[in-house]
Amino acid sequence: MSAKLSQKTFFASGSSIIALLLLLSSNAQSFEVDGEISVQGFLFFENGAWSHQENQSVSGAVTVKMYHEIHDTFHLSLEAFYRIDSEDRERSHGDLRLAEALYFTDNWEVSVGLGRVFWGATEFVHLVDIINQTDQVEALDGEEKLGQPMLHLTVPHDWGVFEAFVLPWFRERTFPGVNGRFRTVLPVDTDRAVYESSAGQHHTDLAIRYSTTLGTTDLGLYYFNGTAREPVLLFSHQQTSSPILYPYYEQIGQTGLDLQMAAGEWLLKAEAYYRIGQSRSYAATTFGFEYTLVGIADTMMDLGLIGEYVYDDRDDGWLPTIYENDVMTGLRLAVNDMDDSKILLGVIRDIHSDSTIFAVEASRRLGDSIRVNLDASFFMNINILDPAVSLARDDFIKLEMVWYW
Amino acid sequence: MNFFFSNTLTASFLLAPLLFVHPAHSETAEEKGLAIAMEADRRDRGFGDYTANMTMILKNKQGKESKRSIRSKTLEVPGDGDKSLSIFDTPRDVKGTAFLTFSRKKGDDEQWLYLPALKRVKRINSRNKSGSFMGSEFAYEDIASQEVEKYTYKHLREEEYRGTPCFVGESYPVDTKNSGYTKRISWVDTAEYRLLKVEFHDRKKSLLKTLTVDGYQQYLGKYWRADSMNMVNHQTGKSTTLLFNDYNFRTGLTDKDFNSTSLKRVR
Repeated sequence: MSAKLSQKTFFASGSSIIALLLLLSSNAQSFEVDGEISVQGFLFFENGAWSHQENQSVSGAVTVKMYHEIHDTFHLSLEAFYRIDSEDRERSHGDLRLAEALYFTDNWEVSVGLGRVFWGATEFVHLVDIINQTDQVEALDGEEKLGQPMLHLTVPHDWGVFEAFVLPWFRERTFPGVNGRFRTVLPVDTDRAVYESSAGQHHTDLAIRYSTTLGTTDLGLYYFNGTAREPVLLFSHQQTSSPILYPYYEQIGQTGLDLQMAAGEWLLKAEAYYRIGQSRSYAATTFGFEYTLVGIADTMMDLGLIGEYVYDDRDDGWLPTIYENDVMTGLRLAVNDMDDSKILLGVIRDIHSDSTIFAVEASRRLGDSIRVNLDASFFMNINILDPAVSLARDDFIKLEMVWYW
Repeated sequence: MNFFFSNTLTASFLLAPLLFVHPAHSETAEEKGLAIAMEADRRDRGFGDYTANMTMILKNKQGKESKRSIRSKTLEVPGDGDKSLSIFDTPRDVKGTAFLTFSRKKGDDEQWLYLPALKRVKRINSRNKSGSFMGSEFAYEDIASQEVEKYTYKHLREEEYRGTPCFVGESYPVDTKNSGYTKRISWVDTAEYRLLKVEFHDRKKSLLKTLTVDGYQQYLGKYWRADSMNMVNHQTGKSTTLLFNDYNFRTGLTDKDFNSTSLKRVR
């Protein structure tokens, strides 16, 4: 219920900006509309672990982006997204990724509306990125995010950038439905989300951040106080219905750090946070390097070597996570051809259990405005105690074509 | 990358002796080369800032073409290298992608990439300067701001190039380990110190690429900028043409247009 309701409220909040944009579009000097139309197909190698799960699925998505400059220093932007999926009802969904008004001067900047903010440095796991909720049904890597209602103040200075966020409305994480792949053992019923805060979804979250560049190092430090973006999944079994999981969102305080540093030919990256509020305080970190071999084998191709490690101190079995003590290695090949062909190979390996995820992402342009993406993931030797065990039979190939219009 | 524009065209790649200086003592070829580079740099000083649009046309051996359009903003920084911001408008899948570069007279440039889909700012290791810029025949080091300090110089001779008297000289990258070149041979006209042609020799000391620069126009009665640059790779048969238009000088840009906050709102 809450999910449906929240979506309505949430679309209503963005609609005023849409209306404003449409109104202005008629006589705008600087009005732009563009977007993407994409089609994707999944092919799974094994039958799903649970009934109702199909071995293939097809889906299509549309993104519309509008942008208007009312004045040099006053911009409106909007990005609306909708996907229809052949199998998973939960994956057929829409979102306003952006619907914000931005005003800036030389000394400060403020944006209001649904926004997107990224914090972080590493390639494999994004630990410290917390402002936006993850659109989990969109992508397994967690890089797709939902638009977050916010008031965002930025004050850039010579000595660094100070930012403050007021987040008056919470977005719930999306989860695959009963028919979806990449789901938990029991399906998650997002309509039955429960909050620790009595304010529920209306809890106003706050965050402050300071970021600066020291020499060749970019450093960010933040404090977040509010509703945890990832819920604890609780078990519910009532006589009248089949057992399910439901999300429980707790109140947390989180101090986070991110760092990118150029050191000679190396690029060093690190993220860490310390969180209180989820029954036990804990810390997590990920760090690593990227080293690029330029013009390999007398060609124009560049090969990036990536090595990262992630540690979560809930590793002691208190609350297992997929990334608790894992080593990640990656190879990134940029062909540097006309079609911008690239291939990323990644291996994530749990040090204790030897559970391994092998992933490939390949991509190239077709002509001027179409991109073809081929992704595959293989879950190998997944330990029964690893939370990734629910993905053990979800090895897949995904082919996607995106038309940018 | 500050590229494409600024010093690349005029102040850079330079080598050769000053015609009007009558040497009190016999200047070595190295001293002459350096003096020319410094004079070209001096002549381009004081432009303040400028913006320009660029079309990049990649061509392969079979003649197949692909275009990119890029807007750039450049800010002169007294006493250090330029700051620049380059924003991609096409291809559409990289629309809004932006590069922010702080050139340094000494040491490595600093460089950030903005990815609009994720709203993410990534630091780039600029030491990998021999890599291809966006699949073109221009390496990062070709389009970076050409600070005098990044090369050593040697004057070779004077000769006519397409009917224009030129200084011909060699320059050698200071960062020999990371540059893709052992040397560059440059043709710079003796009257205005404009770069007309460069030959790039790779690490195996064979001719790799030739750059020709055309259509110079003068702005603010002082600063020369080219309308087109053509880079041909002799080893692969591929080429890249850069066409420039809509140069605007002294548009009022400041440091505040070149920081992480402004990078995240580029359009």
